[in-house]
Amino acid sequence: MRHRRRRARPMASVVLSRIGKRFGETVAVADVSLEVGEGEFLTLLGPSGCGKSTLLRIIAGLEPQTEGSVAIAGTVADRLRPKQRDVAMVFQSYALYPHMSVAQNLGTPLRMRQLSQSQRLPLVGRLMPGSRVKRREIDATVREVATALEIDPLLHRRPSQLSGGQRQRVAVGRALVRRPKVFLMDEPLSNLDAKLRVQMRAELKELHRRLAITFIYVTHDQSEAMTLSDRVAVMMDGELLQVAPPKSIYAQPADVRVAAFVGSPKINLLDGVAGADGTVTVAGAVLACGHDLTPGAKVTVGLRPESLSIVEPGRSGTIGGTVRVVEHLGADLFVHLEVPGAVAPVIVRADPIEHDGLDYGASVAVTPRSGAALLFDTGGKRITPGDRIAAFPAARSGSA
Amino acid sequence: MAVLSDLDRQDAASQGARLRPTGAARAIARAEAVAGYALAAPAFLLIVALIMVPTLGVFVIAVTDWQFGARTLNFVGLENFRELIGDATFRAALVNTLLYVAVTVPATLGLGLGIALLIEGGRSFRAFYRAAHFLPVMATLAAMAITWEALLHPTIGLINQMLGDLGLPQPNWLRDRHLVLPTLMAIGTWQNLGLAMVLFLAGLKAIPQDLYDAADVDGADGWLDRLMTVTLPMLGPVTMFVTIIMALRAFEVFDTVRVLTQGGPGDASETLLHTLYVESFEYFRTGYGAAVTLVFLAIVIALTLTQARVMDKRVHYS
Repeated sequence: MRHRRRRARPMASVVLSRIGKRFGETVAVADVSLEVGEGEFLTLLGPSGCGKSTLLRIIAGLEPQTEGSVAIAGTVADRLRPKQRDVAMVFQSYALYPHMSVAQNLGTPLRMRQLSQSQRLPLVGRLMPGSRVKRREIDATVREVATALEIDPLLHRRPSQLSGGQRQRVAVGRALVRRPKVFLMDEPLSNLDAKLRVQMRAELKELHRRLAITFIYVTHDQSEAMTLSDRVAVMMDGELLQVAPPKSIYAQPADVRVAAFVGSPKINLLDGVAGADGTVTVAGAVLACGHDLTPGAKVTVGLRPESLSIVEPGRSGTIGGTVRVVEHLGADLFVHLEVPGAVAPVIVRADPIEHDGLDYGASVAVTPRSGAALLFDTGGKRITPGDRIAAFPAARSGSA
Repeated sequence: MAVLSDLDRQDAASQGARLRPTGAARAIARAEAVAGYALAAPAFLLIVALIMVPTLGVFVIAVTDWQFGARTLNFVGLENFRELIGDATFRAALVNTLLYVAVTVPATLGLGLGIALLIEGGRSFRAFYRAAHFLPVMATLAAMAITWEALLHPTIGLINQMLGDLGLPQPNWLRDRHLVLPTLMAIGTWQNLGLAMVLFLAGLKAIPQDLYDAADVDGADGWLDRLMTVTLPMLGPVTMFVTIIMALRAFEVFDTVRVLTQGGPGDASETLLHTLYVESFEYFRTGYGAAVTLVFLAIVIALTLTQARVMDKRVHYS
C-alpha cells in the first residue's frame, strides 16, 4: 500500500473533538475524536448505518452535532454554515441541479460566492455593473476544470443526458471548481457499475495526488478504503474503532469488529480458552501462545483464511474438519470446513494446484501460520497488540 | 388498429421467410385482434356518447335559432356569432372572465406556493394548517357563497362592521360596480388556494434533500437563493399542472356569480359561463347559448394547448 510516510503531520486540516450526535433516543455518533492531516486521504469505513455519513455531514456543517467540536484549518467551525467552512462535497446521488447545464452546475458555487445578490438575479443580473467581467472569469474557471476532468465536450448538456460516470465527474468538478480546503465525499462511487468504479477509483487517487488537498471519503466498500486511503477510520455503531493505515487495519485490527469487517473472505473467529504455559485451546487444538493469559480465560481467536494451511489430519496442534464447500476462483481456492465446536464454517485459502483433488466430505486439518493468530478478549478488544501467539508446531519462531 | 397491423406485418414477414403461418397461428392472431377491439369498445363508446356526440350537437345547435323546448328550428348560419360580437353583455362577460383569470391564477399560485413553503418549513400544526387551507376546496361553493354574502352584507356583515369599528369606509362590496369583480376574485382565490397548496406540498416533498444540501455547500443558503436554485426549478412540472388546473377553474367561475350577483350590477360581474347559463336556461335561447359555449370551448382549448406547448419544454428536465 502506497500510503505517504508522514507520521508527523505538519498541520491538522480537520480536527474532531469528542463529536456526538443523537437523533432523539438513537445515538448515531458516539464520542468520536479524530485528526485529519493536511493533504491526507482519510476514509471513514463501516457498514451502512454506522454513523459515517452523519459524521461527514457534521464536518460539512449540514448536520449540527449534539456534542463536541469541529475545527477546520485551525478554526473552530461549529457555528459556521457549510459555505463558510470552505469544504466541498460530492454526494452519493451526485445531487446535480437537473435544470442546469453542466456548465451552470459547475459554475454555481462560483456564482454564489463571487456575484452579489443583485448580480445573481435572473435576466437583470447580467446588466448589473461588474457582472459581465465576473461572469467571464467564472466561465473561464469552469472551462478549465471541465478540461482537467475531460468533460469539456459536455458543458452544454443537462445532467439527464449524461451517463453515470459523466455525472460523477461533473459532481467532482462542481466540488473542485472553487479549490476548497477539504474535499468531502459520501460514497461517490456506489452508483457506478463495478468496472467504472475501479476506473474512477484510480482517477480519484490521481486527483488527490495532483491537488494535495485533504480528502475525507465515506464508504462501506473495504477495497475502496484499502486502495485509496492514507489512513482508514473504521466506524461501527456510531463508534470510532480504529484509525490506522490500511495495512495495519488489516494486519493489526484493534477490535474484533474491525477484524471481521475488513478482509474478504471474512476472518475466521473461533472461541478459545487460555491454558497454562500460555497455550490457547481452539476447537480441540492446543496452540502455543507467546504470552501470559490467566488460565481458563475465554478469548476469541481470529485466523485469516490465507494464514491457514491444509495439512495431514491427526497431527497435534491442528484443527480438524470436514470439507463442505470448495470454491474455485482461478488463482485461489477457498475451502469451507465444518469444524466441531465452531459456529460458522472455517474458510481456508488454499493453492488450487496443490489441493486440486479436494472434494466435499473429505476430512482435513488446518494449521495457522506461525504468528498469524489474532487474540481478542471477551469485550472484543485485541489482547496486547504486537504480541503474537505462536502456533504449534512452532518450527519457526513468531516474528512479524 | 395497431394490434391488427402489427400482426399483419408479422404474417407478411414470416411468409417472406417461407415460414407459412399455420392455420392455428392465424386463428390465434385473429382472436387477439377481436379481444383487443372488444376491450377498447366500452371506453370508445363512452367517449362517443358522452363527449363527441354532445360536442357535435353543440356545433349543430349553434348555427340554428333553436329555443329550448321548441318543436321547430331554422338554420341561421353564423347569425348567432354575429349577434355575439355586437352584444355588450357578451363582451363584458368575456373581458370580466379574462380579467378574473388574469388576477386569480397568479394570486392562487403565489399564495398557494407561499403557504405550502411556510407549512413545509414549520414544524408544528402542519396537519391543522393543511386541513384549514384545504377546507374551502372541499366545501360546496354555493353554500360558501351564502356565507360570504352574510359576511359582505353592507350594514350587518362582519367585514363592514369591523371596518366601521376601525373608522374605515364601509363599501357595498357586491353592489358597487368597481368592487364587485375584485370581491369575486378574492373569493375565487380563497376557494382555490387550498388545492394549489396541496399540490405544491406534494411537489415540495418530492424534492430530494440532497439538492438542498448541495445548494448549502455551494453557498446557495439564503432563502431566495434556495428558492431560485432548487425549489422553483424542481417545482416546474407541478407549477405547470397547477397553472392549467387553476386557469381552467377560473374560466369556469359560475357559482359565486350566480349566488351573489347574477352578473350585476349592470354587467359588472357578468362572466362567460354565467352568460351562457342565462341565455340558455333563462331566456331559452339555446342556439345563442351554444354559440357562447363554442367561444368558451375555443378559449379553453387554446389556453391549454399553448400552456402545455410553452411550459412543457421549460419544466421537464429528463
